[in-house]
Amino acid sequence: MQAFARSAVSVNITPSGQSSITREAAAALPMRMNITKVNFFYGAKQTLFDVNLGVATNKVTALIGPSGCGKSTLLRTLNRMHETVRNVRLEGEILLDGQNILAQDVTQLRRRVGMVFQRPNPFPKSIFDNVAYGLRVNGSKVPLADAVEKSLRHAALWDEVKDHLHKSAYELSGGQQQRLCIARALAVEPEVLLLDEPCSALDPISTAKIEELLVQLKDLCTIAIVTHNMQQAARVSDFTAFLLVGQLIEFSTTPHLFTTPSDPRTEAYITGRFG
Amino acid sequence: MSPRLRWRKFVSGFMLTMTGVCAVVAVAVLFFILGYLVYHGGTSISWNFFTKLPTPVGEAGGGMANAIVGSAKLLLIASLVGIPVGFFGAIYLAEFSGGPVAFVVRYAADLLNGVPSIVIGIFAYSLVVLPFKHFSTLAGGFALGLMMIPITLRSTEEFLLGVPRALREASMALGASKWKTIASVIVPAAYRGILTAILLAFARVAGETAPLLFTAFGNRFWSPGWNQPTASLPVMIFTYAIAPYDDWHRQAWAAGLVLLGLILAINIIARAILARGIAVPRS
Repeated sequence: MQAFARSAVSVNITPSGQSSITREAAAALPMRMNITKVNFFYGAKQTLFDVNLGVATNKVTALIGPSGCGKSTLLRTLNRMHETVRNVRLEGEILLDGQNILAQDVTQLRRRVGMVFQRPNPFPKSIFDNVAYGLRVNGSKVPLADAVEKSLRHAALWDEVKDHLHKSAYELSGGQQQRLCIARALAVEPEVLLLDEPCSALDPISTAKIEELLVQLKDLCTIAIVTHNMQQAARVSDFTAFLLVGQLIEFSTTPHLFTTPSDPRTEAYITGRFG
Repeated sequence: MSPRLRWRKFVSGFMLTMTGVCAVVAVAVLFFILGYLVYHGGTSISWNFFTKLPTPVGEAGGGMANAIVGSAKLLLIASLVGIPVGFFGAIYLAEFSGGPVAFVVRYAADLLNGVPSIVIGIFAYSLVVLPFKHFSTLAGGFALGLMMIPITLRSTEEFLLGVPRALREASMALGASKWKTIASVIVPAAYRGILTAILLAFARVAGETAPLLFTAFGNRFWSPGWNQPTASLPVMIFTYAIAPYDDWHRQAWAAGLVLLGLILAINIIARAILARGIAVPRS
C-alpha cells in the first residue's frame, strides 16, 4: 500500500508509456480509431492527461481503472458525448478511419460510433420502435422490419421478443433491456460500438450473456468497453488499457497486461491492492 | 417496553394519524363543495338550462346556453394563446437556455403567475378592448390565455427536466439531432405530465371571473362571432348570485355545478387518453 502511495505521487511527473514493445505489436494491426495527446478538462479541473491510444479494428479494447480514473470520460470523447455536458474542453486529436472526429458533423459521427450506457435506457416506446429509432432519425431507406429483426438477432434477443415486438420495452428484464439497447445501437450499423460499464446494473447470468455477445459482435464492429470488473476485461477483450487519475499507465494485449504487467501500478491494481 | 421505545411508538402513531386526517380533510373539501352544489343547483338543472337563453327578471325558467357556449369559446381562444406559448417557451427553457436568460424568464413567469387576475383583466382591456372600442370574446380569451402562459410554462418545464438524462443521451448517441431528440423522445416521455399541466392551467382559468368583467363583459343573448361581448359561466354566476331573486340564486348554483362538471369531464377524458401509451417507470 505504501509502495502504491509513493508511485501514485509520481503519476503526475513520470510520463506513461513503458510498455512500448506491446504497443508496437498492437500498432501492427489496423486501427479503427487513434487517440493522440488527448487532454480533457471539466471546467478548470483536468481529468485526462496526454492520453494516446489506438482502438484496433474488429477487436475488443477494454478500459480499466479505479473510479474517477477517467476511463468513462475517455470513452465518451470517442463519439463526442462529452459535448452534451456544459463547461468541458477537449484538446488533442481523435481519428476515426484516419479522419479527425472533432472536425466532423456530430450526428454523422454518432451514427458511425454507437454507444451503450451503464444502465439500460430504452425509450418509452415499443421494443420495435426502440430498435427502429436510429434508422428513423437517420432517414434510413432499408425496410425497417428486416433491419429490426437483424439487429435483434445480432443482440441475441430475437428469440425472446419476436412474438411481442409491440410491447413496451420496459416489460423486459434488465438484462434483456440492455441487449435491446445493444440492438438499438447496432441497428444503424456503426463501425465502432462503445460500451460504458454495460453490465454494472445486471445480474451475473445477464452479464455472462452480454459478455458472450460482445465476443461475437467483434466480427460486426470494433468495440471499446469501459469496465470496473477486471475479470470481465480479461474475459472479453483483446487489448486492455489501464488508467489512473487521468493518465494512461499501461496499454497492452490483454493476456500480457494481466499476466506480466510492466508497471508496478498496473500490477497493484490487477492484484486487487487498490481500486 | 422501554419508555424511550414507547415514546417513539406514540410519535409514530400520532404523526400517522395526523397525516391521515389531513388527507381526509383535503378530499372532504372537494366532496363537500360538490355535494353543496348538487344540493342547491341540482334541482335547477334541466334540458332548458343547456338550451335556453336567460329569461327576464320575474319570468320563471330559462337557461344559460349562451354562457356555456361563451365559456367554451373563451377557453378555446385562451388555449390557443396560452398553450403554444407556454409549451414552446418551456421547451426553450428546459432544453436550450441556461444561465441568466432562463433565470429571468422563470422569474418573470412566476411573477406573472402571481399577478392578480383583475390586473390581467385591466391589461387586456387596454390592449384589446380599447383599440377595438368594444368588449369581445377575443379580449376575454386573450386575458385568460395570458393567465395560462405561466402555469403551462413552469410546470411543462419541470416535467421536461424530469425526463432522465439517460434517455437524452441514448437518442443523441444514435445520431439524432437535438431537435429530433426533443420531439421524438423527450416530449413523448413527458407528455403525461405536460398534459396534466395544461389541464391544470385550463381548469384554473375556466373559473376565472375577474379578468372577464371588462373584457368579455357579459351578454343576455347569443354572442355572434368573436368580436361581441359574450356571456360566460363565471360572470353569470357572479351576476346571478348577487341578484336579489331566489330563482337566480338557484340558477347560479346550477351554473356552478355545470362549470365544475365540465372541468371534471375534460379531466376524466384527458386521463383516459393519458392511460394509453408507455410511461417512463419511476426509478
